[in-house]
Amino acid sequence: MEIKKGIGVSPGVVISTAVVLDAEDLVIPKRQVEAGQVQHEIERLGKAAAKAVVDLTRLRDNVTTQHGKEIGGIFNFHLGLLSDPTLQNQIVNEIKNSKSTAEYAVSVVMRHYANKFLAMTNTYLSERVKDIHDIEKSVLRNLIGQKHQDLAHLTQDVVVIAHDLLPSQTAALDRTHVKGFATDVGGRTSHTAIVARAMGIPAVVGLGNITGEVSGGDTVIIDGSRGVVIVNPDEEQRVEHLEAERKLVRLEKDLASLAGLPAQTKDGYTLSVQANIEFAEDIDDALRHGAEGIGLYRTEFLYLASETEPTEEDHYHAYAEAVRRLDGRPLVIRTLDLGADKYTQAKAANPERNPFLGDRSIRMCLHDIPMFKRQLRAIMRASVLGDVRIMFPMICTLMELRQAKMILNDVLEELEDEGVAFRRDIPIGMMVEVPSAALMANQFAKEVNFFSIGTNDLIQYTLAVDRTNEKVAGLFCPAHPAVLALIRDVIRSGARNSISVSVCGEMAGDPLYTLLLLGLGLTIFSMNGPDLPEVKKIIRSTTMEHARHVARRVMSFDSERQVMHFLREETRKIIPEAF
Amino acid sequence: MPSAARDIIVSNKLGLHARPAMQFVDVANQFTSSVMVKKGGEEPAEADGKSVMQMIILAATEGTPLRIEAEGADADAAVEKLAELFEKKFGEED
Repeated sequence: MEIKKGIGVSPGVVISTAVVLDAEDLVIPKRQVEAGQVQHEIERLGKAAAKAVVDLTRLRDNVTTQHGKEIGGIFNFHLGLLSDPTLQNQIVNEIKNSKSTAEYAVSVVMRHYANKFLAMTNTYLSERVKDIHDIEKSVLRNLIGQKHQDLAHLTQDVVVIAHDLLPSQTAALDRTHVKGFATDVGGRTSHTAIVARAMGIPAVVGLGNITGEVSGGDTVIIDGSRGVVIVNPDEEQRVEHLEAERKLVRLEKDLASLAGLPAQTKDGYTLSVQANIEFAEDIDDALRHGAEGIGLYRTEFLYLASETEPTEEDHYHAYAEAVRRLDGRPLVIRTLDLGADKYTQAKAANPERNPFLGDRSIRMCLHDIPMFKRQLRAIMRASVLGDVRIMFPMICTLMELRQAKMILNDVLEELEDEGVAFRRDIPIGMMVEVPSAALMANQFAKEVNFFSIGTNDLIQYTLAVDRTNEKVAGLFCPAHPAVLALIRDVIRSGARNSISVSVCGEMAGDPLYTLLLLGLGLTIFSMNGPDLPEVKKIIRSTTMEHARHVARRVMSFDSERQVMHFLREETRKIIPEAF
Repeated sequence: MPSAARDIIVSNKLGLHARPAMQFVDVANQFTSSVMVKKGGEEPAEADGKSVMQMIILAATEGTPLRIEAEGADADAAVEKLAELFEKKFGEED
């Protein structure tokens, strides 16, 4: 039994069997397998090596065609190593003797050889250690890939333990059987946290080395409310956590009863609460929690869920499905927002040195117009099916916005020529998530129909904090007076120019900030489905007059600590059980 | 069981690096006999002649004396062919 403390980023408690995901670029920790599993691990090794041989042969043939036999021949050595029977036997014996996973056995045996190479005095030979690392990686990648595949076809409930979940991994997860996440790194706004909250399952991140301490098959309790993970719990802990789980279910039920009621303050102001989604399938759950529409449809997952770029039809089907499920409610589709993530960086030919300031999001789309147009065409085709709106992310300058709109116009002309139906006056909006856009909101407001404030990026770029870096994640705070001043100004500019403004970042779903945002004049709150009832409860329990008073006080403070302290006090007065 | 052996000296400049090691293993695999390669000198070592990993780990640089041993029905032919690779410097020089 072992208790680990991390950061609870998605509430709830779950007890289930662990599946551990390794990352190929990290040291693979030793994990034991049951005696009965040894044969299975040996088979996994065989499959992974065979797959690596196939991949490498293809690579060699391609290189040979393009660059000649001399260069292609380099891969023969790799292929020779992969099919070396002595080497394979050594790895198989390692699995048998230490009863470890295939991943671990591969890394142990290859490390042994790598050290031998490094000890050689002949540099020409010792250089070959790179080849050893190369083939180790290609086998590990296949072994780890198998696990990812397995996660797409689960037969029983599991919790996923990983160093850090990548968007490409979560996109392929079997959502009916994955009941919780626990990761080594990450913060409140990490990808893992966002996905867990959207799925409504508990998650704890920032656990340090949980991947090294849990073996596949261990029983694990993930308590996302308290930020605790218990490995192989004793009976007492099981009972205690099951009780906590039942309590949370009851609270959730109470909140769900709010779903059908309007988001209206006591003095009669009606707001709109909407949900953020990643997949059309998330909509039903969002509606159950009381969403009045989708304020943010993140379309990246269409790209991450498959190996190849989605076709126009793939886009269209996803959007049409979302519109159908919404039954007339609004759907804001955000165009592709990829780039500054490990996934695209890993695939890129030249990884960027500073991807968050690099070729991401709308910039990437403007550099690949055919890809951008495919998505825009699909959105426009879906626009006649319901209330579809289009939103551009990461806009920094007016030129970018105008360029994006020009490309959209091109698409409209093309569709018109082809006789395809679309909605000409589709509302066009933009994310306000960089300081330059927030500071120029008044100018931008004249060229769009709506704003949506992406607080996660706005905070990151305003405070210069990478929220996925544990060392500085503590500096990431929505309550920073500079961030609040930007949000206030964007909401004001929107009101002055009669365009709607929503907040679709994590801040919108955090009950701590509901009173403040309400008081600043925000009219649309878009968040993860499970956060909706609590935010709505706060809206329904206060008056606009009180919220405005709270906002005025908050804007007079000069530190985030004062802000948070005051907001906590005020919110507690409304729902004492909130914090 | 028939067996055969031959002493040779690595004479190509780059020694038994990746490509020659692969060539050696490819040839060794054409025979049913088992093949062992033994290295003498200051750091004696031996390698399975059909394992490219072990062959390269021998770190047999130019001038290293090696002993090729084969055991099996076609041991003589195997040693003959394998020794020839060293004599022809694996086709690397002149």
